[in-house]
Amino acid sequence: MGILIDAGTRAIVQGITGKQGSYHTKLMLDYGTKIVAGVGPGKGGTTVNGLSELPVFDTIRESAGAYSPDASIIFVPAAFAQDAVLEAIANKIKTIVVITEHLPIKDAINVMAYAAQSQVVVIGPNTPGIITPGECKLGIMPANIFTPGNVGLVSRSGTLTYEIAAGLRTHGLGESTCIGIGGDPVVGLNFIEALELFKNDAKTKAVVLIGEIGGDMEELTAQYFAKERYPKPVVAYVAGRFAPSGKRMGHAGAIITGKQGTAQSKIEAFLSAGVKVAEKPSDVATLLVKELLSQT
Amino acid sequence: MIILNLIENEVKQEFFKHGIPIPKGTIVTDSKQTVHAVSNLKPPYMVKAQVPVGGRGKAGGIIPAMSVHEAEEAATKLIGAQIKNLPVKQVLIEEKLSIKKELYLGITVDRFNRCYVALASAMGGVEIEEVAEKTPKTIIRTIVDSQLGIRSFHALSIAKQLGYSGSQLVELSTIIQKLYQAFVENDAEMVEINPLAETKTGSFVAADARMVIDDNALFRHPEYEAEEAQTLSSEETLALKNNLAYVKLEGDIGVVGNGAGLVMATLDLLNFFGGKPADFLDLGGGATIEAVKAALEIVLADSSTKAILVNVLGGITHCDEVARGIVEAAKEAKDAKVKKPLVVRLAGTNQEQGQRILADAGIRVLGSMEAAAKQAVEFAAGEKQ
Repeated sequence: MGILIDAGTRAIVQGITGKQGSYHTKLMLDYGTKIVAGVGPGKGGTTVNGLSELPVFDTIRESAGAYSPDASIIFVPAAFAQDAVLEAIANKIKTIVVITEHLPIKDAINVMAYAAQSQVVVIGPNTPGIITPGECKLGIMPANIFTPGNVGLVSRSGTLTYEIAAGLRTHGLGESTCIGIGGDPVVGLNFIEALELFKNDAKTKAVVLIGEIGGDMEELTAQYFAKERYPKPVVAYVAGRFAPSGKRMGHAGAIITGKQGTAQSKIEAFLSAGVKVAEKPSDVATLLVKELLSQT
Repeated sequence: MIILNLIENEVKQEFFKHGIPIPKGTIVTDSKQTVHAVSNLKPPYMVKAQVPVGGRGKAGGIIPAMSVHEAEEAATKLIGAQIKNLPVKQVLIEEKLSIKKELYLGITVDRFNRCYVALASAMGGVEIEEVAEKTPKTIIRTIVDSQLGIRSFHALSIAKQLGYSGSQLVELSTIIQKLYQAFVENDAEMVEINPLAETKTGSFVAADARMVIDDNALFRHPEYEAEEAQTLSSEETLALKNNLAYVKLEGDIGVVGNGAGLVMATLDLLNFFGGKPADFLDLGGGATIEAVKAALEIVLADSSTKAILVNVLGGITHCDEVARGIVEAAKEAKDAKVKKPLVVRLAGTNQEQGQRILADAGIRVLGSMEAAAKQAVEFAAGEKQ
């Protein structure tokens, strides 16, 4: 169980012949992910060093019949990533994970419009990916930090997510599925959509949201909670209380513009919607334990 | 990770190319050029400092001039001066418009809806944020379907809501469409005409203009690349060269970490324990020895830092590589007689090797980011050495 990907997921890797693509394909295979094929324009018929059994095609279409992929992970450089995502959507791949960093906003907007129309899920860009511990990993996260469990984790960050997942483990908790939604201003799957999926997942007993400065996703998620009476406990952490206005803090999307997008605004919105907010990353696990105990 | 803000004149030239009316004007880089430069312009003039920042008027960056002589005086005053901490290298001298009404037009990214959004208001001339706060209902928001763009019927509807009819309605709607084309073709994140002047003769002219370019799209816009390099400090240049995200802050604890979220959380934690970070420096994923070394060089050389905190949780970043970079930078700092206490938290991929490398070099490693942050705060306060 978990959401979006599981032991049955059949994935392809777009950009498999690149350094990142081939390196992480090996790690994902080691984890047990069913990678069925790779795609690299002009590389059809070749093999990736160390992965001689894995077929490589020029286009996704060629892999469709025999290998019937339902997910894709994309390592294609930013200048070509738009077409790679569109190709995945056009081939009706249901879950598309875009690891690529520095995708122009215009390209992201084009891609997301087509994805919405085609009813597929895009995760990212600029994401560490998604993992359903013990079943399937489509991402670049260090697998050993994640443990099978019943906490749904959704984050705008990478390493901070690992930090918090490591904290959960020391408290005997694990994840049903962990999703990095990406650090860009325009990303596919958002907090609210992830929450909807976790709501209907029997394995997920609680959800952790890791937000940061910039944009208004946290505020809108708080509005969703207020309206929805979300049935599972939620703990949030928001990074960037100390961030100055007008500066991009590493992620393209992490920027306070004027009075918009501050950590304070997001924290207040969560608190007023009844979401517990952790002061420090390590407080996420302790708050969760408390919330889960009060549920039983 | 800089914000690529174009200066007014560059934006206006883009507007001109796209057929958006702009005031008649000229650029002056030396006040002595003024007399010759304005020979084709009719007084009175507006003399405007070309710095890429909002609120120039209030900061004294825009000076009205009644005559050529006054324009020259204003140019002398502005060129070489600082407006909002930015040096003025050129001024734009324009014919002053006779304005009947000031409007606002802008296009930006609606992050949550994953699309562009056009904003218009009949209350131009003030910052749109201010209008949004005080009279949000006066802002006309139009979500843009990226597959359609802004079509004539969208633009007409916006112009109508701004209160125009007849030939003015058509003229204004054309400007809105052209603004969208300029925005998309330049891969902008934000464009603004504020104010868009309705002149006493009833035509529309872009009196002021701002545009922010998406720096991830620079590979499609080599014309803006030089501009990016120009606006960087030497630390920022070193950071950019090594793919580091660097933001200078006000405090005294130099911070280096991997991952934007983790570094932001580290700053927050320092603050929580009563410390003040001197910077935000993100190594990104998979940092090399050289990148780690460059990062430490930046924070060690910063005269405001009293202690350095390194917080790395290795995923695709390998702790042994990070440790080697730290050791090399520490050695060089020692040779240069820079004595600043160094606190390191290093965990994740290859942590045993990394910790051993640091231990061999006599650098202590802490296991948790909280313990490390606390210790860095104590060191910066001079409580322990």
